[in-house]
Amino acid sequence: MIIEKLKESGLKGRSGSCFPTWVKWEAVLKAKKKVGKCFVVCNAAEGEPAVFKDKYLLETYPEEIINGIKIAIETLDAEKAFIYLRNSYFKKFKKTLEKIIGNDPIELFAETGGYLCGEETTLMESVVGNRNEPRIRPPFPTEAGLFGFPTLINNVETFYSVSKIEKGQYSRTRFYCISGKVKNPGVFEFPEDMPIGEILEQTNNAPLFKYFVQVGGGASGGIMILEELFNPVEGAASIVVYDQVETNPRDLMRKWINFYYNQNCGKCVPCREGVYRLKEMLDSEESLNLPLVRAVLNVLGQFSFCPLGKGVAFSMKSLLERVELKK
Amino acid sequence: MKPGKVKIIIDDKEILVDTRQTIMEAAKENGIEIPGLCYHPDLDVKANCRMCMVEVKGTRCPQTACTAVVQEGMEIKTKGQKINRLRKFNLELIFAQHLLECDDCVWKWNCLLLKYAKEYNVKKTRFPDRKKERPITQFGPIVFDQTKCIDCRNCVEVCPVNYLEVEGRGSDIGITPSRAKSCLLKKVEEKDCIHCGQCIVHCPVGAIETAGEFEYSERPFEAKKQGKILVAEFAPAVRSSLGEMFGMPYGEVVTGKVTAGLRKLGFDYVFDTSVSADFTTVEEAMELAERIKSGGKLPMFTSCCPSWVKYVEFYRPDLLPNLTIVRSPQIIMGGLLKTYFADRIKVDPRKLEVVSIMPCTAKKFESRRPELKIKDMYPVDFVLTTRELGNLFKKHKIDLKTIEPELLDDPFGMPSGAGIIYGTSGGVMEAALRTVYFLLCGKDLECANLEQVRGAEGIKCMMAEVPVLNKKIKVAVAAGMENARKLLKILDNNPSAYDYIEIMACPNGCVGGGGQPLPVDNVIRQKRSEALYGLDNASVIRLAHKNPVVMDVLKNYFTTEKLAHSVFHTGYKKKAKTKIMKLKNSRESIL
Repeated sequence: MIIEKLKESGLKGRSGSCFPTWVKWEAVLKAKKKVGKCFVVCNAAEGEPAVFKDKYLLETYPEEIINGIKIAIETLDAEKAFIYLRNSYFKKFKKTLEKIIGNDPIELFAETGGYLCGEETTLMESVVGNRNEPRIRPPFPTEAGLFGFPTLINNVETFYSVSKIEKGQYSRTRFYCISGKVKNPGVFEFPEDMPIGEILEQTNNAPLFKYFVQVGGGASGGIMILEELFNPVEGAASIVVYDQVETNPRDLMRKWINFYYNQNCGKCVPCREGVYRLKEMLDSEESLNLPLVRAVLNVLGQFSFCPLGKGVAFSMKSLLERVELKK
Repeated sequence: MKPGKVKIIIDDKEILVDTRQTIMEAAKENGIEIPGLCYHPDLDVKANCRMCMVEVKGTRCPQTACTAVVQEGMEIKTKGQKINRLRKFNLELIFAQHLLECDDCVWKWNCLLLKYAKEYNVKKTRFPDRKKERPITQFGPIVFDQTKCIDCRNCVEVCPVNYLEVEGRGSDIGITPSRAKSCLLKKVEEKDCIHCGQCIVHCPVGAIETAGEFEYSERPFEAKKQGKILVAEFAPAVRSSLGEMFGMPYGEVVTGKVTAGLRKLGFDYVFDTSVSADFTTVEEAMELAERIKSGGKLPMFTSCCPSWVKYVEFYRPDLLPNLTIVRSPQIIMGGLLKTYFADRIKVDPRKLEVVSIMPCTAKKFESRRPELKIKDMYPVDFVLTTRELGNLFKKHKIDLKTIEPELLDDPFGMPSGAGIIYGTSGGVMEAALRTVYFLLCGKDLECANLEQVRGAEGIKCMMAEVPVLNKKIKVAVAAGMENARKLLKILDNNPSAYDYIEIMACPNGCVGGGGQPLPVDNVIRQKRSEALYGLDNASVIRLAHKNPVVMDVLKNYFTTEKLAHSVFHTGYKKKAKTKIMKLKNSRESIL
């Protein structure tokens, strides 16, 4: 059975959550047996800057993705599946996907908000027609997701991998997005445990200048310097290369915070107020009050309602730990 | 291990708690205080304010105590250097979106924000205020000040007609009164405020208040200076709640103390709205008996809750003929004072300034209804809420705790027990049934206590047997508009499901009103209710129609139908939406 195969494969959620896929599938299967109904969602919201591998996969392997979704529908005897698409993807891939879907119970759904809609509980609120805001967990989507029923929600790439696993063609690779100051940006397939430095080498992207990288998302990903590039990528598979001399860290922080300022939902204090204050401080002409920035980041990292706020703290803190701020 | 119980450790203290409780509930029950702003026992958990974060051993990040459910062996730390420091900055972020206006705030005596500020050594002005320019709006008697709002959304949740809405995203988020225009095609319904004031008593930071809550409370005394005779009437629910503002236990009865305090403030006469409630009861019971006997429109609805009346007028005009035509006790008392009483003390009724003290914000709206005027006079000239009277007492150094109680004035100082229970959900029904029984059967009930319509349940029903007519009167009671709507749904499907229905917009009826002291929760409301039932039980006269004043005045003064009609009866019309006004500041509300 497929769940056994998933377990053997060691496949983890390709959104960057790295949660063992088979555990989710089994949880939904179990919950479904209790209530008799469940849903499947393919998450193609892909809203984080510097992450564009789902777009590449939808473009290149749409059949594999739909096949993966169909396997899930069959395995779970699901009512129906939704493909939750970022607006531009919806426009771009609607025709192709609908053609492949044919009469299968798979519905395309155009995103109603921004980045936050990629967060699984926000996505569900969005589908139901509520404000795009995260839900309190527990209950988890596997127990009470869409319309209150158990819901399996996986990333585009995860469904692609499921299809490959079922066909016996899976070899523990994943898709990496490389961008920033590189010669050869794009999406590349490599083993999931390949060191960051080697990926840059192999794609002919290793810079000759002094650089640092942001790994795991272009806003929420952590910063890594040369000495750390023996690590594999954790989280979302993106690598952004920055010129260490040219890049003004404060500009970089400003870029991130503007992104968060536009994308946060306003539900909880740390995000609504903390992001506002960070933006206020970063936008001002005055030199940064670093202890206060750190204090606000700590509140964001520890007190936020959902992963978005925690992400703000993660990238900023990792930058502040590694790179010295210019005046 | 006991069934249904788990052992947890909070701040090194081992306690046994119910398995289904959240950390917050378990802590509260065991006298351990965890800070919280958006947490309210009446409401769903939203976990927006993030103040109740606690450390749970074995988890990476702190958890919200309002959401996390206890588990066997859980080790919880509610305080400590790390968590306190995080709370401090979280609070500073909250303070930066809350314009401080502490002297003019419904929480001025017991503000949680200030309490936490002290506890966590908060620098309140760390960040510049970001909401200074936000709008302040008034709709009817309610003022919503966005400059103080901390976006917790308690008001949005508690609003019984979903009139308050979340607008915008991210840091631009704001709560606003609904401006939606009706649109059948888009299935959009126009909404209007029913003035119940539940948003006021559920806002943790005083962003919502009554129009003129602090600025205009002294108005009656200006009238006195101009030579008017100051007359006060206070509602049943005031007597079992006002003591709270002076450190007295919940449910302590302070009828005599309120009377003494009002006299000290300068009132020339102090009367009890429970007495006019007896008039309401008799009139309403007569109307119901008549509708039953003559096949009139049933079910008949009570009308003493002005929010409920507003609801029918705006949302369900099809039900207007079902509302009793009898005026509410507040208005009847005003009418009695400006007719019978003025004649009795031989003064021009225009010399009387009638001030009512009500647990309710909608009573302010009710008092300005033009159709209630008697000879071009409003029956009630000014309405103070329980809270406003408490603040007036404090301002004038009148301490209810120490003041010697005094007796109410004649002739409207002696209510029946039935008039007193008007202040709690089911009370109007019980009072009316006691009298309807008499009217239909010619004798009194053997036991006046009608337990089936008492208690805190949202909907209460009973069948009242009327042996003489060989008929059963089916009655129902609802408190809170959610429950009211449930009843209406039953009626929509089966119009003859009930004969008589009491509806109060607030939970537990008037004791839970929007003009009552803060804080409030179910336990507090229950204690206020129980105190009223206690007074009823201890009353010598428990039936409205046995109140000698009522019978005397009805028989000997109201000899013409026209006069009686002008004081006791009214009519209703479909209402258009209340205008939303923009204010320059919250002190400028329009009365």
